[in-house]
Amino acid sequence: MLKRAFERFTVTDLFMWITGGAIVALVVVGSIATLRTGTYTARHWFDFFIFGLAQGSIYALIALGYTLVYGILRMINFAHSEVFMSGAYIGYFVATSFNRSGFLDKNPLFALLVVLAVAMLTSVTVAVLLERIAYRSLRRAPRLVPLITAIGASFFLQETFRTLFGSQSKAYPDVDILKGTVSLSGDFVIQKIQILVIIAAGLLMASLYFYVMRTRAGKAMRAVSEDKDTAALMGIDVDAIIVRTFVLGAAAAGAGGMLYSLMFRQINAYMGFVPGIKAFTAAVLGGIGNLPGAMLGSLFLGIFESVGPILFLDGLGVAAPYQLKDVIAFTMLVLVLIFRPTGLLGERLATTKA
Amino acid sequence: MNKLQSSNWFMALQIGVIGGIAAILLSLVGMVEEFAKRDIVAGVIEMGQTLILIALLATGYFAARRSPSTGSFLRIIEGGVAGATAGLLLWLLVQSIAPLDLRTIFLNASPALIKILTFGKEGAAALGLMLVLGALGGLAGALVQILPGRYSNATVQALAWVALLGLLQDLIRVTLLNLPTIGDALQWMFGSRNEKGLSILGAVVVFVVVAGMSVLRSGQSSRLQTRLRALPAASQQAVRWISLALLAAIILYLPNVLGSYLSQVSNQVGLFLLMGLGLNIVVGFAGLLDLGYVAFFAIGAYVMGVLTTNAIGPQAGQIVYGPQMTFWQALPIAVLVSVIAGVILGIPVLNIRGDYLAIVTLGFGEIIRILAGSDFLKPYIGGSQGIVQVAKSNIGGIDFHSPQKLYYVILAGILLAAFVSWRLRDSRVGRAWKALREDEDVAQAMGIHLVSTKLMAFATGAAFAGLSGAIFASQIGSIYPHSFKLLVSINVLALIIVGGMGSLPGVFVGALILVGLPELLREFSEYRLLIYGALLIIMMLTRPEGFLPEATRRQELHEELGPEGELLPEAPKLQDETNPAP
Repeated sequence: MLKRAFERFTVTDLFMWITGGAIVALVVVGSIATLRTGTYTARHWFDFFIFGLAQGSIYALIALGYTLVYGILRMINFAHSEVFMSGAYIGYFVATSFNRSGFLDKNPLFALLVVLAVAMLTSVTVAVLLERIAYRSLRRAPRLVPLITAIGASFFLQETFRTLFGSQSKAYPDVDILKGTVSLSGDFVIQKIQILVIIAAGLLMASLYFYVMRTRAGKAMRAVSEDKDTAALMGIDVDAIIVRTFVLGAAAAGAGGMLYSLMFRQINAYMGFVPGIKAFTAAVLGGIGNLPGAMLGSLFLGIFESVGPILFLDGLGVAAPYQLKDVIAFTMLVLVLIFRPTGLLGERLATTKA
Repeated sequence: MNKLQSSNWFMALQIGVIGGIAAILLSLVGMVEEFAKRDIVAGVIEMGQTLILIALLATGYFAARRSPSTGSFLRIIEGGVAGATAGLLLWLLVQSIAPLDLRTIFLNASPALIKILTFGKEGAAALGLMLVLGALGGLAGALVQILPGRYSNATVQALAWVALLGLLQDLIRVTLLNLPTIGDALQWMFGSRNEKGLSILGAVVVFVVVAGMSVLRSGQSSRLQTRLRALPAASQQAVRWISLALLAAIILYLPNVLGSYLSQVSNQVGLFLLMGLGLNIVVGFAGLLDLGYVAFFAIGAYVMGVLTTNAIGPQAGQIVYGPQMTFWQALPIAVLVSVIAGVILGIPVLNIRGDYLAIVTLGFGEIIRILAGSDFLKPYIGGSQGIVQVAKSNIGGIDFHSPQKLYYVILAGILLAAFVSWRLRDSRVGRAWKALREDEDVAQAMGIHLVSTKLMAFATGAAFAGLSGAIFASQIGSIYPHSFKLLVSINVLALIIVGGMGSLPGVFVGALILVGLPELLREFSEYRLLIYGALLIIMMLTRPEGFLPEATRRQELHEELGPEGELLPEAPKLQDETNPAP
């Protein structure tokens, strides 16, 4: 038994285990070193944690779109990050015009709800057009074809927004009620905006989960993701369900875009790229095709990425560790795909062919 | 009957609306205004208007093609209606710019744009003009669709040549100055000195000549080929050798004609061509979609930079250690390191397929770029300030740095890469790659060793990219992390897809179109990625095999030929190789 396992152990396996082991060792040594120096107090770690939680909630809203579409079409919607960006962008125009007319200050809650609705609607429109124009006719094509189309669509949307509205980053207007902090006890404070982001994302995710798991329409979606042909035989309109999937994912992404721009207060055409990749990483981490997995993976990634650079690298004497937070996220994606392709909660998909 | 008629018109209106939206988008992203600086035919039409015209022609074309009616006349009229609809939408745009204050949102909705779109007219005259021009464009587009293929092809080709020559006229003029006698003889083709674009006479002559040749050739090309095939084998061989020698002579002599700027452009094309040949092996042959290909380009460049730079020391802009080698000493090391990096980055992704592979490799590319720009590695590779004073190439004291000389270094690299790709393509490894691309499980069952085959593909691809990167570093003389963004990978991917995945001539054509043209037309650079994105979508929807496809690929992507047709000639060969008879 042991001998057989030993025989099947190849040089490449050895290489990967050594790499993985080295990274884990680095993380452990780095964490101990950082904690021993004591530069960062409990308050710092709390701040990092809350920031990561808020960041992760936004990732989760994006990741839902990846996971839903992947579950049904077995395809990575590479342009999903641009669906997110478009919602944030058009939301910005509505928000600035409200700001200029004074509506935003007079009636902030209602104004923000309108901005949210516009952002979600824009993202939904973009996603539906995308599905209709770029993806629908390629459903039976070889796998690389829709993926390349999606990459093309991603760049097309990015550049269209950049050239339509200008290359400069735009500053999101101030919302007075979201300024300032709420103090919990003693030193521990949370920014109001972070509370809003976490609660809003939580509500949206819960309602989406309810929709997919508890309603008749959600049941049809799950049926299509199990087996399109059989679902069609049962009288389900597969095309309509696929469109609905894109709509749901895009609505979540649009809301995520609006929350993201409230939190970071910067809009530009390339803002979708990095959160998009991160959200995809999170979806894989949680097990792609699995809704709770995507949420869990996103929160985990958000926290990991916010706490990680300081915790792992600062103690090792790495200069400016925060620059390397994307490296940490990408490394984690690679490690997950190698050592646990099923993700935290999902089925094995990365190595099977759909 | 009545109902059918009305649905005809509805279809025409629908396509007109789509065409109008396309034209509006072209205007609002700023292409129309930006390209208006390029005259095509001096004083008659410029590139911005041409874009709108193309949109109108396409509207008419598709309206006629999608039309359910059978009569030619009706279809042409429908094309006209669709074109007029598009014109109406454009007019609505122009009308709404001022009252809605669109310019605060759409930066390009400027008075200059309005002037281009309305030809400076106002009020009812503008509406009338735009409707009439829209209808005319639509009618012409529909006419092209109705005409027999031979003539419509000729028209489209002739128009394309007029546009191309008009766009490139300043370059052609500069080049012609180097060839005095021919240059003087061709002066009438272009507008006067301070005008850009072709002269009216020149445009007409180009149109007539190209259209005439195209119509004649469509009947005759087969005749030429049959005549060639009728020759005895020895003469055929001779013809082939002579044409090859002629081509080689032209390529070798080219830098002398091109001058410094054009040589630089052709070097840029060459570097991308080199990367394209490498990615063609990874994506085209082995079917492994690698979006982090720029990583190997970066590694080649950085190895060259670190090994050869003279800027060593503790100050800003310097790195702490470097052996100060010469270009030729560092070049093989750069390629070797890239190969090793290809293997090291290849091992973790051996079990990862398809879409996941794309994302993971993209992650690798980003990791390399972030590391290159980080403060963490700054003392060794320069951080965001990069590495300066990279060595130039020279042989026996002769400096090879001027673009015209560097051309030959790049040419040698391309020839090597093309030769390697060509020999590998049908070798045992090449056929294993293709088997892998078709179906990994079946390939494994046939006895193909997945690990070595995949790593071989990654390593070969990385070698070409590393070579390209090393030459790039030496050409620029300094390297910065921002030269190695994701869009380099996308650029290379786009060029092999446009040319045809897995096809060697396709890589050449793709590089010329996607790298050469945008370099020559500086206005394009702003819209380069926009056009690439649209191109990728359109290619995948209409012609996924590319412009110069590989034979098997073409069959695979067009189902009417059936799956057996492509597999049969290959499968027996593979078996022979993997299970040789004792």
